[in-house]
Amino acid sequence: MTTAATRKNGGMTKDLIVFAFILALAGLQFVIAYQNITASEMLVRMLSVAIIEAALAVLFFMHLAENRGLLWFVGIFTVFVLLALQYGWTDSFRVLDGVKWAK
Amino acid sequence: MSQADLSIHGQVSRTGATEIMTAPTFSVAAKKMAMWLFIIADTATFAGCLVAYGFIRNATPDWPRPFHSISNVAVMTLVLLTSSLTMLIAERHAWMGDKVKAFRWTMITAVFGIMFATLHLREWMGMIREGATLFHNPWGTPLFSSLFFSITGLHLLHVTGGVVALIAVGLRYRGGRYNADDLEITGLYWHFVDLVWMFVVPLVYLLNLSH
Repeated sequence: MTTAATRKNGGMTKDLIVFAFILALAGLQFVIAYQNITASEMLVRMLSVAIIEAALAVLFFMHLAENRGLLWFVGIFTVFVLLALQYGWTDSFRVLDGVKWAK
Repeated sequence: MSQADLSIHGQVSRTGATEIMTAPTFSVAAKKMAMWLFIIADTATFAGCLVAYGFIRNATPDWPRPFHSISNVAVMTLVLLTSSLTMLIAERHAWMGDKVKAFRWTMITAVFGIMFATLHLREWMGMIREGATLFHNPWGTPLFSSLFFSITGLHLLHVTGGVVALIAVGLRYRGGRYNADDLEITGLYWHFVDLVWMFVVPLVYLLNLSH
């Protein structure tokens, strides 16, 4: 069955389930915001939830689950860009704490 | 490699080698591929902004936590997420060939977008009234306000552009100049704007909530 035919025949049920999941995950982020935990723990938990939300949106709302080739293409490029942006964190901690071995 | 070899390998049909050049990448139409490339580039833009925000927040010891209430941002999130659902409904109707319903749901999505932008501006006005501007922050380092207004402003700009695109494409779809594919491509952009908000909320709002 082609993508178009799948979409014509596919009902809204799957979309509604995915929407409910994303809504619940968004709500979970607000619950995490009121937990009595450190900022770094909060960041990790919230980002984990956000990544799951984003994955659901990309796969089902943006229909990437139906095109595996495009999924790999988008995934590899996006992950590469996101990883490449992480190079500055050590410098961020250096600004905050100074260079420990130089003290 | 000869024409026959290519045919054996399934890369060329009987019509000739030109199909190699014209076959859509990943079986995706060129305009849809262009939207995906734009989305990848825009992901890099937002990721760059959010990582820069994280870098500065981490390196600033007296980072303020000015948000007392999350009710407004919760409503904004609900509105934007719901707009993604209405866009999906519009896409479904477009694929089924129901132009009237597809157009109606596209316009409903645009209305949700306008609601989101209005709530966003209301939030901004509240902060500006408290003395926060792009270069001044009453709660501590001015970097907070600069980053807050820059990141949320960039997102708001995307929402505004999305609303304009939804209305323009919706009208042309109704008039018969655009088809279901065009509506779906606009939907891709709209879902992306929604997706970005999933990261902006926890990083910019929820992590700066005063307890």
